[in-house]
Amino acid sequence: MQALFGQLLVGLINGSFYALLSLGLSIIFGLVNVVNFAHGAMYMTGAFFAWIGLSSLGIGYWPTLLLSPLAVGLLGVVVERTMLRRLYQLDNLYGLLFTFGLTLIVEGLFHHQYGNSGNSFPVPEALQGGSNLGFMYLPRYRAWVVLVSLAVCFASWFFIERTKLGAYLRAGTENPRLLQAFGVNVPLMMTLTFGFGVALAGFAGVMAAPIYQVTPSMGSGLIIVVFAVVVIGGMGSILGSIVTGIGLGLVEGLTKYLYPQAAATVVFAIMAVVLLIRPAGLFGREK
Amino acid sequence: MSANPPPVEFLRVTDLHAFYGESHILHGMDFRVNRGEVVTLLGRNGSGRTTTLKAILGLVGKRTGSVMVNGRETVGMPPHKIVQLGIGYCPEERGIFASLSAEENLTLLPPVGSGGMSVDELYAMFPNLKERRKSPGSRLSGGEQQMLAMARILRVGARLLLLDEITEGLAPVIVQALGRAVRTLKEKGFTVVLVEQNFRFASKLADRHYVVEHGRIVDTFAHDELERSMDKLQSYLGV
Repeated sequence: MQALFGQLLVGLINGSFYALLSLGLSIIFGLVNVVNFAHGAMYMTGAFFAWIGLSSLGIGYWPTLLLSPLAVGLLGVVVERTMLRRLYQLDNLYGLLFTFGLTLIVEGLFHHQYGNSGNSFPVPEALQGGSNLGFMYLPRYRAWVVLVSLAVCFASWFFIERTKLGAYLRAGTENPRLLQAFGVNVPLMMTLTFGFGVALAGFAGVMAAPIYQVTPSMGSGLIIVVFAVVVIGGMGSILGSIVTGIGLGLVEGLTKYLYPQAAATVVFAIMAVVLLIRPAGLFGREK
Repeated sequence: MSANPPPVEFLRVTDLHAFYGESHILHGMDFRVNRGEVVTLLGRNGSGRTTTLKAILGLVGKRTGSVMVNGRETVGMPPHKIVQLGIGYCPEERGIFASLSAEENLTLLPPVGSGGMSVDELYAMFPNLKERRKSPGSRLSGGEQQMLAMARILRVGARLLLLDEITEGLAPVIVQALGRAVRTLKEKGFTVVLVEQNFRFASKLADRHYVVEHGRIVDTFAHDELERSMDKLQSYLGV
């Protein structure tokens, strides 16, 4: 029993990161129409900014939780404004290639500067320790990750589905040209959306820093699964990203308990089945 | 008899060329619309009328020439800046956002001028929309979508309305309601450019008719010349 709940908790944590990352990917794909391959690199950059901030500037976990995503978001804004924006008139493939190239460069730079060995980031004092729930031991930091991820996902969903700015985002996702023909500054929206999406990735990176080792390649392993999550949930669907992210994390955890050998592949098996039955994804709309 | 004030030009299109990629669609459009006027662009399908409206808004791939809106040159401005000079656009496909409710669609657009109508006034003008305000845009009927597409540009304070085929595929009773709406707008001093396939609808509303062929204006008829020019017009439109 202990082992089952332990694996489900690990699954829930992974699922929280899947949800945060696929949410950002989905929002960006929806409005900006770019498959952002650099999302994993932005996650890694968020974690590294946190680690660098702590080790060389003495900035602690709490301020970093805000500052690091802000810095990553700013980086995204600069990338969008100066480079990505020039590719919008071209085929989708160019945006994908560009962000893939960007990933290689960013990962290469961190690799060059900090090497490939893992750097550890301490759990903040207030979240150390844990509690015994009887059926399992719950580390406090992990509970915090799950709660905060859920809160951020819910807040993003609420913002997009229930507010005026969110209505702009939904309308722009459907038809950006028309929205601009109604007087909305869509190019600015695209810049901010890209910045917000990658800031979410940076935020996930900071959250992950005390759990996983901070390494230049920490994003590339994760991002493959996240793309599978986005495809299963339905490209561009906000709710789909959140539900699928957490759901697949749990499925992975469960598989680790039942049949550990399949844990790494179960997501892709599900993806194949979903694509056969519902090509637009579980929550996606057929175009 | 009161003296009419001299006409004030609101829209002047001069030697406008428009391109989608390699294809050259407009070949030097020239026309003007005075404040408070209703004009139509008549012509066969594919003559370039819809493209003309899109080119005014900067929605085509590339455009050259001059489009003056309220005295400002707009070639070179991005679409959202052009619209902010006081233009309301009702696209041919109506452009209702499917994932937004009717009311979200109605209140989505940012203001582009002062003196827009309130949501209550618009619901009084189009009572169907009030009943359907919680429905998603994708669930509205064609007529409801068209009324919504009209209503939302009346809320934002636009003074120049570009209306593309607003009667297309709609029941006669809805076409009549739209005709009344356009007449009301004319009385309120709105400036309207109407692209219309339904000549009977357009002929009753417009002050002037421009005939478009192969991406340029080939003829103009004032409202009172219409009767004696019917033969000529028929040959243009091939009806």
